Amino acid sequence: MQKPFVVSLSNHERRSKKRVMQVKQGNDISQQLADAVKAATQEHARLAITGGGSKRFYTGQPEGEPLDVTGHRGIVSYEPTELVVTARAGTPLAEVEAALAEKEQMLGFEPPYFGPTATLGGAVACGFSGPRRPYAGSARDFVLGTKIINGKGEILKFGGEVMKNVAGYDVSRLMVGAFGTLGVLLEVSLKVLPIPAKEITLSFELPADKAITAMNAWAAQPLPLSAAGHVGDILYMRLSGTEPGVRAARAKLGGELVENGAEFWRELREHQHGFFQDAVPLWRLSEPPAAPPIELPGKWFIDWGGAQRWLKSDAPAVTVHEHAEKTGGYAALFRHATKNGATSHPLPAVLATLHRNLKRAFDPDGLMNRGTVGMI
Amino acid sequence: MSAARPSIPPETARQSLARRLREFLPRESVLTDAEDLRPYECDGLSAYRKLPWIVALPETVEQVGRILKLCRREHISVVARGAGTGLSGGALPLEDGVLLSLAKFTRILEVDPANRTATVEPGVRNLAITDAAAPYGFYYAPDPSSQLACSIGGNVAENSGGVHCLKYGLTVHNVLGLKFFTMDGELVTLGGKTLDAPGYDLLALMTGSEGMLGVIVEITVKLLPKPERAQVVLAAFDDIAKAGAAVAAIIAGGFVPAGLEMMDNLAIRAAEEYAKAGYPVDAVAILLCELDGTQEEVAAGIAQVRELLTRQGATGVRTAKDEAERLRMWAGRKAAFPAVGRLAPDYYCMDGTIPRKHLAKVLARISALSREHGLPVANVFHAGDGNLHPLILYDANKPGELKNAEELGGKILELCVAVGGTITGEHGVGVEKINQMCVQFTKQELAQFHALKAAFDPDGLLNPGKAVPKPARCAEFGRMHVHGGKLKFPELERF
Repeated sequence: MQKPFVVSLSNHERRSKKRVMQVKQGNDISQQLADAVKAATQEHARLAITGGGSKRFYTGQPEGEPLDVTGHRGIVSYEPTELVVTARAGTPLAEVEAALAEKEQMLGFEPPYFGPTATLGGAVACGFSGPRRPYAGSARDFVLGTKIINGKGEILKFGGEVMKNVAGYDVSRLMVGAFGTLGVLLEVSLKVLPIPAKEITLSFELPADKAITAMNAWAAQPLPLSAAGHVGDILYMRLSGTEPGVRAARAKLGGELVENGAEFWRELREHQHGFFQDAVPLWRLSEPPAAPPIELPGKWFIDWGGAQRWLKSDAPAVTVHEHAEKTGGYAALFRHATKNGATSHPLPAVLATLHRNLKRAFDPDGLMNRGTVGMI
Repeated sequence: MSAARPSIPPETARQSLARRLREFLPRESVLTDAEDLRPYECDGLSAYRKLPWIVALPETVEQVGRILKLCRREHISVVARGAGTGLSGGALPLEDGVLLSLAKFTRILEVDPANRTATVEPGVRNLAITDAAAPYGFYYAPDPSSQLACSIGGNVAENSGGVHCLKYGLTVHNVLGLKFFTMDGELVTLGGKTLDAPGYDLLALMTGSEGMLGVIVEITVKLLPKPERAQVVLAAFDDIAKAGAAVAAIIAGGFVPAGLEMMDNLAIRAAEEYAKAGYPVDAVAILLCELDGTQEEVAAGIAQVRELLTRQGATGVRTAKDEAERLRMWAGRKAAFPAVGRLAPDYYCMDGTIPRKHLAKVLARISALSREHGLPVANVFHAGDGNLHPLILYDANKPGELKNAEELGGKILELCVAVGGTITGEHGVGVEKINQMCVQFTKQELAQFHALKAAFDPDGLLNPGKAVPKPARCAEFGRMHVHGGKLKFPELERF
């Protein structure tokens, strides 16, 4: 697998003097895509929105003809002093991150790729976030605006390129994690962050229960944390910020300095860590961060300071869901060895009804990405 | 909408509904007399007033559900209201609907220090959450200027911001869970103490939906550890463009300030006279830049920011020497609205957001519009995130002056849209900016909003007439979405 962009640790001096970079490149096929959706409505065809395919293991294969959006690519605008980038959905994620890195900036949610072909649109449609999420925010937190094609083939624009915008419903953030079931993403505007001047990883030998307590105790203090994970009785903490800030926090926390820290977090984010090399079903539990270790058979990798827990287990789905609910969380079967398509936590009836209504509001004929993640 | 019924139902209909509400609400919790209704005739945007038909003041979640079920069955519209501090008329009552006040929902249900969350009822004041979290060393980050009075339910409905949102985000970034009723009276739970939940991101959708999709009855917010140290720098400039460039330079320098605010001369002088904040009254503009974090981070950062501001041509740079001076500097900023308000009998507060790079140009254009309309405009500005608050000074008692102020305000908002910004950054559309929605969105986009609304409230009974204009209204306004080539303000660069 191609190595996705790794955050570099260079200092502020290297910042380019050129602050505004208007990039006009790539390829705009919005109209062709909109026409294809319109044609599908007339033919009562179904469309499977197709990007890089890197997350098919999760989304499964939707019904219908593929609608390939990878030709719709390129950064539309990037202005480092505005902290905003806008790019077409088919743009490779690596291309977006490389452009930001040139200006010492980054996507704050540290998006997982799950494959070198990952696109920006796929990252936003799936809404996954990496280890930085509890401390910097999720994919949806950074989305400022979107341009979409709805199920009628209309090109619509919501939000924008400004940090604060409360005109109209927040359709842009609704698109994040909707897996393309509410529309084809054409463009996404994202808030970006400066790359921290200094980033280090510390390790501590602790069992799971004590690690959870420690992660949460530290998160309750004003420390420059940017990741916290636990696997195999080792707690890993990442610190990001200014040189003096990180130095002072390290002195306070103690622990061992991890030499290849960036690699550890990348492997966790991409599920390339040894823990994930296994044929046992992989569950993702979204939990209140301080929830004590959950009594389910299997092996755990705790991420997000306790708020995201990976479980390798053969336990029956109903048991996993039950335990997740008991602790105030949710569980999804994230990856099977044998077939594509995750199973999300079942929705209560009243929520399921709202989901169906929303789907109809955006995609009245039910064209788009049917059968994705068991959603709609 | 209640189109099928006469616009003002007869008194008997009102008394009949009141009677049915009193079957499950205490007598004094259902108001129908004009003098009892008067306090509810407007919210913080007092230029719009309407006496509500009936006010209901439930005390329990169950009562809220029953009110909604009854109104749905009877096809009666409902407007939810929190503390009534909103600035866009979002809680403006209806002459033929129920005003549902959540003022009695003031309990803090739980502060969970281990998970760093607070679960509260919607009527809890913004600042009361921070007060409840303080013993644990936590605070609730979004801090609208009205935080002493505004309630968290209203904050969620409007997606409120504040001076600290550049670093800590808006309400949407700080809410983890919600319980709300649909118009059907069905209770829906979203999220909780987790960082995400299965399904569509309805939490994001509900936030900022201006009471159009549901009635919120419980909120779980994220609490943050209080920073070890916060320090503010005040920089004076003799030129707006230089101040704008300094803002860009701070961001380009890799800083994410906790607050980055700008005020123009009229606002500086008003705030100084009112709050004695120690502002330089001869400056054309001032910037307030606050950094927070650990002792070490802040000390290093402040030194760099000072140097940077001087390099950008600041005529004076001052760091607050102690906490008292820091608070005084902010007091001036936070009091800017009332301070400017003393300069004229009335003022009208705008809320557009623009890309920061257009700041100097937009301020110059606002100043030209101010001259054209003969009304002074003071500018207070969340510079860090491009959110402008031009305050238009006028006298409502002079014939035609409110209309003139509204026209000027409308033009300022259209200017914001023309440079790639938005008509509202944090105050909401409500009734106030509903015409400008026709400028910012196409017919298809507005239709999509209506379809979304119908997914929650098919009969359009919740807060009708707010937030999203009907096509007929845009036709009447006559400025349906200006397309490329026919934009207003053609002299301005766009992207």
